[in-house]
Amino acid sequence: METIWQGLAKAYELLKAGDPELYQIVWLTLRVSGTATLLSILAGVPLGVWLALSRFRGRGLIVGLVNTTMGLPPVVVGLWVAIFLWRSGPLSFLGIMYTPSAMVVAQCVIAGPLVTGFTMAGISQLNPKLRLQLLALGASRWQLFWLLVREARLSILAAIMAGFGGAISEVGASMMVGGNILGQTRVLTTATVMEVSKGRFDVGIALSLILLLLSYGITYGLTLLQQRGHQA
Amino acid sequence: MTALLEVLGLRYQPGGHRILDVPAFAVAEGEVLAIIGPNGAGKSSLMQAVGLLQPAEFGEYRWEGRSVKLPAESLALRRQMAMVMQDSLLLSETVYHNVALGLSLRGIAGAGLKTQVLDMLDRLGIAHLARRPARRLSGGEAQRVSLARALVLKPRLLFLDEPFAALDVLARSQMLRDLRGLLTADRITALFVTHDFSEIPVVADRVAVMFGGEIRQVGTPFAVFNRPADPAVRELVQVAHDLVRTLQPESANR
Repeated sequence: METIWQGLAKAYELLKAGDPELYQIVWLTLRVSGTATLLSILAGVPLGVWLALSRFRGRGLIVGLVNTTMGLPPVVVGLWVAIFLWRSGPLSFLGIMYTPSAMVVAQCVIAGPLVTGFTMAGISQLNPKLRLQLLALGASRWQLFWLLVREARLSILAAIMAGFGGAISEVGASMMVGGNILGQTRVLTTATVMEVSKGRFDVGIALSLILLLLSYGITYGLTLLQQRGHQA
Repeated sequence: MTALLEVLGLRYQPGGHRILDVPAFAVAEGEVLAIIGPNGAGKSSLMQAVGLLQPAEFGEYRWEGRSVKLPAESLALRRQMAMVMQDSLLLSETVYHNVALGLSLRGIAGAGLKTQVLDMLDRLGIAHLARRPARRLSGGEAQRVSLARALVLKPRLLFLDEPFAALDVLARSQMLRDLRGLLTADRITALFVTHDFSEIPVVADRVAVMFGGEIRQVGTPFAVFNRPADPAVRELVQVAHDLVRTLQPESANR
């Protein structure tokens, strides 16, 4: 119990002191996970809508793949992304190994299937005749897509929250492709692991609390949006 | 009367399973054509196919006598039509926004949109519901909103797919009378799928009878119910005759 109090005190101390290293880590955490979530939304929402509405041979395989990858262990993702980005890997020409860009790629692999899968489930829950009704009211393909996304907004916001949660909370992938380099690729999760491995539990707990606070703040904002949608 | 819509060689067979096989089908300008038939006869599929909502095959698709190129002209044509289904299928918005939806999709906004929406809400007697969330409506209210959402578009062709099937008999009767008045006032052509034969005399000018994806007979209600074209149609319309006989004074049934 004492360690927890020490961690709380340390968190307060770090935030109050305005430690530039901490703020740099927090900013990078937000930048990497925010970008990964945004890219996952841009790819995952249209893909989820398409998979929910389309019927074609092989669809079951793709849906199964999406569902399987919703639970990918981050360390496995990190390993495979690293293999592709290493100097000898097929994507080595990108030259992004051990940079925040590599971490964004890895987090996209984690968050993308979550956004896709939950979007697909949300759209599938709508009345199947709604698509026909909207077309019958004169919706173009894009208008139909947008209206269905709006109608399933509660589920899609949940999908975004799940994607963001998956991205910001993972550590294995960021560690493997980012390397936890101070000032370059160190984020809250990798810093926490490092501090705990050094036996500095108070700092580790402090960082984890800041991460939780950050995650809660953003998720709370999305929840408010979701509940406003629920009242409409 | 000239045909507003005429289709030739209509086939719809998803996955090789035949749903529709209609060599020729036409709807005259200004008429209300009721479509009857047992479950699975293809009534709703026919509406969805001619409404360009399903990827059916057409030998030819004519609109006001002009051959239409599909799918190139599909969106423009769909915007001259509207549909009301059995489920009201309203969006999770206010009644006003639901009724405004189709106009918004056509790029209409501002005062013009507001005037048209409020006028239609008024004509259907639901102006007081304008700000109410659609999810808080009763079944009858929701179906009036659904009807308003379609009629505000002033469609040339309106599809009504068992729109009142879920309503109680009094609400249904009132809605039917209101619908007939609005269709006549706005000179809207309509296809009306129903299982309830008592609705036919109130709204329909002609009746089409479907079985197994085919149209077996088209004619006035009197002709279809009194001169059925084949045994299947005869069996279907017999239900109406039995009902009428049941309602006769007992002495007349002996």
